[in-house]
Amino acid sequence: MKQIFRTIINENPLFVLMLGLCPALAVTTNFESSYMMGLCFLIVLCVSNGLISLIRKIIPDNVRIPVYILIIGTVVTILELLLNKYVPKLSEQLGVYLSLIVVNCVVLGRALSVASKRDIVYTFKDSIGIGLGFTISLMLIGSIREILGANTITFMSSLSELTGYRAIYKVYPDMSLLPNPIFVSGAGAFLVLGFLIALFKVFKKEDNHESN
Amino acid sequence: MNLISILMLSIFTENIVLTKFLGMCPFFGTSNKEKNALSMGFSVMIVVVLSSLLTFLIYKYILVPTNTVYLRTIIFILVISAIVQIVEIVLKKYYPIVYKNLGLYLPLITTNCAVLGTVLLASNSNYNLIETLVFSIGSSIGFTLVIYVFASIRERLEHCQIPKNFKGYPIALITAFIMALIFSRFIGV
Repeated sequence: MKQIFRTIINENPLFVLMLGLCPALAVTTNFESSYMMGLCFLIVLCVSNGLISLIRKIIPDNVRIPVYILIIGTVVTILELLLNKYVPKLSEQLGVYLSLIVVNCVVLGRALSVASKRDIVYTFKDSIGIGLGFTISLMLIGSIREILGANTITFMSSLSELTGYRAIYKVYPDMSLLPNPIFVSGAGAFLVLGFLIALFKVFKKEDNHESN
Repeated sequence: MNLISILMLSIFTENIVLTKFLGMCPFFGTSNKEKNALSMGFSVMIVVVLSSLLTFLIYKYILVPTNTVYLRTIIFILVISAIVQIVEIVLKKYYPIVYKNLGLYLPLITTNCAVLGTVLLASNSNYNLIETLVFSIGSSIGFTLVIYVFASIRERLEHCQIPKNFKGYPIALITAFIMALIFSRFIGV
């Protein structure tokens, strides 16, 4: 438990390591697609790194990167097919970014640095920590962008095909400057992430002072 | 859609870096110096053009007839990594000077989402062979252009006084925000 929590904070892929930016900026236009992207990422990370950790002793060293990419690619393809079948609207929303998990630096980086060396229990804990950290940061970015940009928060819209519920809420009465569509547009993603990272730095520094 | 509008679309209005958010890692990672940015851009260009042509042929003449379109992602990533290897070998043998400049960046390109992203986008939008070629050239020019401009801005930013917490990535992201605003205004042109 402690290990998972530590990975979420100290090795947060987005705010600390600055990896996996493409999905973080592209699909966070609303809250729902952000947390679904995070969940897909978490599943791919856990399954593929678990597999890699299981067969790490059989894979010859000089072909390990292609083998890892193949394993990750297979997991992503299976996930794509499942989403296509059950929630086609959502998979349309995530678009190519779902397939692009294959070349996500976080997944491959963790495969090389953790899964290829450690046993499955450690790898699994690490994957959950990294995946949750990524999901939480995506949810943060997604909610900020949607609240500021569209004045709504979407808990369930494309998923309603599966669950039957729809949950989209208005957050505050409209004002003259807000909601501002710039936050939902592509450029706004950079702005929100920039400020969030600066904020994260402030908190991290305070943590260090306390521990000293 | 005619070819010129595809070219303009892929360079400016639908720039893969600023509007599609592909290739973020090299965008923030290798864009500290103008020269590195150009080398990265050129290597991406070679690989993107070659791999989008090859994947187009594979997709149209192998995957669609045999009804195995769902294997697309895996096949494409294999093709891209094979092309990266081949380009590396050819450059090393015949153009050692170019290899010396680009060598460091080539292996990184396999896992660069700009390449796989462009290839997937081209195959999603049902372009024919020539349109795919134009789209891939345009996308890689757009990539090189943006990464080069960004690198030169960042070189100048180093001499500016920036609030402590905004140093490094935050200020880079805000620079990217302003650039993306500018590029998104090209729509009306």
